[in-house]
Amino acid sequence: MTEKRRTFGQATVEAMQNAMRADDRVFVLGEDISWGGNFGQFRGLVDEFGGNRVVDMPISEAVIMAVAVGAAATGLRPVASMSFVEFTLGAMDEIVNQAAKFRYMSGGQVSVPLVLRASDGVLRSSAAQHSSSLEAIFAHMPGLKVVAPSNPADAKGLLRSAIDDPDPVVYLEHKKITSRRGPVPDTDHRVPLGRATVARQGSDVSVISYSAMVPTSLEAAQRLAELGIDVEVVDLRSLVPLDFEAIARSVTKTRRVVVAHESWLFGGFGAELSAQIGETLFDTLDAPVGRVGAASAPIPFSPVLETAVVPGVDTIVEAVRRTTGERPSER
Amino acid sequence: MNAESTPAVTIHGMERDIALGLHRTMVRIRAFETQVEQLFLDGRLPGFVHTYLGEEAIATGVCARLDAKDYITSTHRGHGHAIAKGLSLDAVMAELYGKVTGACRGRGGSMHVADFSLGMLGANGIVGGGFGIAAGAAFSARYRASDQVAVCFFGDGGINKGTFHEAMNFAAVHTLPVVYVCENNQYAQFTARQRTTAVDDLSVRATAYGVTGMQVDGNDVGAVWSAAGAAIAHARSGGGPTLLDMHTYRFGGHYVGDAEVYRDASEVSDRKRLDPVKRWEAALISEGWATADEITRVWQNAEVEVEAAQRFAEQSADPDPSTALDDVFTEAGP
Repeated sequence: MTEKRRTFGQATVEAMQNAMRADDRVFVLGEDISWGGNFGQFRGLVDEFGGNRVVDMPISEAVIMAVAVGAAATGLRPVASMSFVEFTLGAMDEIVNQAAKFRYMSGGQVSVPLVLRASDGVLRSSAAQHSSSLEAIFAHMPGLKVVAPSNPADAKGLLRSAIDDPDPVVYLEHKKITSRRGPVPDTDHRVPLGRATVARQGSDVSVISYSAMVPTSLEAAQRLAELGIDVEVVDLRSLVPLDFEAIARSVTKTRRVVVAHESWLFGGFGAELSAQIGETLFDTLDAPVGRVGAASAPIPFSPVLETAVVPGVDTIVEAVRRTTGERPSER
Repeated sequence: MNAESTPAVTIHGMERDIALGLHRTMVRIRAFETQVEQLFLDGRLPGFVHTYLGEEAIATGVCARLDAKDYITSTHRGHGHAIAKGLSLDAVMAELYGKVTGACRGRGGSMHVADFSLGMLGANGIVGGGFGIAAGAAFSARYRASDQVAVCFFGDGGINKGTFHEAMNFAAVHTLPVVYVCENNQYAQFTARQRTTAVDDLSVRATAYGVTGMQVDGNDVGAVWSAAGAAIAHARSGGGPTLLDMHTYRFGGHYVGDAEVYRDASEVSDRKRLDPVKRWEAALISEGWATADEITRVWQNAEVEVEAAQRFAEQSADPDPSTALDDVFTEAGP
């Protein structure tokens, strides 16, 4: 299989091209789409597919989502771009009350095959309304699938699978990694939803993560290796459906686990992971489940304050060391 | 207001068969909703219900202008829309009972009755929930080069949602085949329209989006049929959206059991003089298109049909509890 080094954003453009070439029902709608999107996620699409399939929308987030729901329920496969994930909050009725519930409420009469794409996460002082990660909200809602890739190859493969999927999929792309490069297969690459991957093999502690926190966890693992702690990093890729078997496999091997995400710790997705691990793997654990996440404050503007609230490599290193006890090198 | 001042209905130029068909549909909705109200008060229906009593002319007149392939989005007060769009009384009644034979297999209930095979994209428990969905269905029709039209039913409460404006603007800028039908029943839940809405003529709101808006007597099924016919034809031929502000009056409370402390009984009895079914029957008789006996038979047939629907619903099975998680997703996750 041939592959090239591409940015995360370029990889998603390839996934869009593949999906739109394969299926006339696929179209994109959102603000500033034909211009290419804030992170180049739609660059060039209008040239190939035209304005009928690459639809510039008014700044009307609720109607962007509602139009996607109406179109999906009547035979199309919309990809709705919501730019920054905070903008979905103005369309929550359409996402939660309509998209997520349409199939169930109708007794299975209809599927709603739409993709909601949104950029989330912290990037260089974007401040409180452009730095959030809201995956816990979406994952909480029955009827929504949620994916959060950590690298360009998965970005391509997960987006392609999300577009193919018959149900609403929330596709979260972290701003910090959108411009990062990585190897991307040239093929019409797919990564199945609900399948985690081991990003780094290790034997001492499992770090369960997703999205931009995966490269951060890998960096932490590197540093911990120098301290004699061999960390395994599991990249969930999909939050819903959740590949708990992959988590169980890793935790059963290492007997120690830290769950790490950039979003707020309190009520975060890590709380669900921690609870499930505690409920089903208690006997295999040698230490309590460790959790890493942001402190409970809106993400601040000041670079100093931002760093104080948002977890990074150091936070993960500390959490892993706590999990391994006072003298990790003796283990 | 006295009976003499009741305005005439719009029957001129209509064919007799159509006039009788409109009457039958209105009577079926009236008979259905009257029985539903009683069933709810008797404690035989779970949840709560919002009846369409008094507003029958609107769903009837509009849906008579639509084909089965056309789309409608409906409201929390949606039984009339469902029936007018072609759902059987059995399917709607069984859904109200939460039975597995209901239109949504008991998963939706009164506020979510839907039949996608008939273009009924669902009643909706969220006021104004249909604005963008109807625009999306219309967008989809155009995208697929189909000549389908979408109609969005909503109320004078819903028109104050921001999504009304977002959807009108989007539908207008894309000249979408969608018709927005405001069922202006004078009350937003429990609050009179004048206390929540700055303009008296809601149709003027279309002007802001370069769309034609017009006021219609929503208790005159002939006027509804006529206005809807023009708006739907306009949409189907590529002319874009229309806003129809249809004046009507909600006979019952916001929901069945509402104490209605916010309005006088005299206001209700006064407005019931404009009962759309009675007005149409008077016209059928004066035109010589139906006799009093024939009208009575229409009522009897409707009541028999409602009784049968009730029996069907009561004799149907509840959903199997083991299926409670079915259809959250199209395919089970790993």
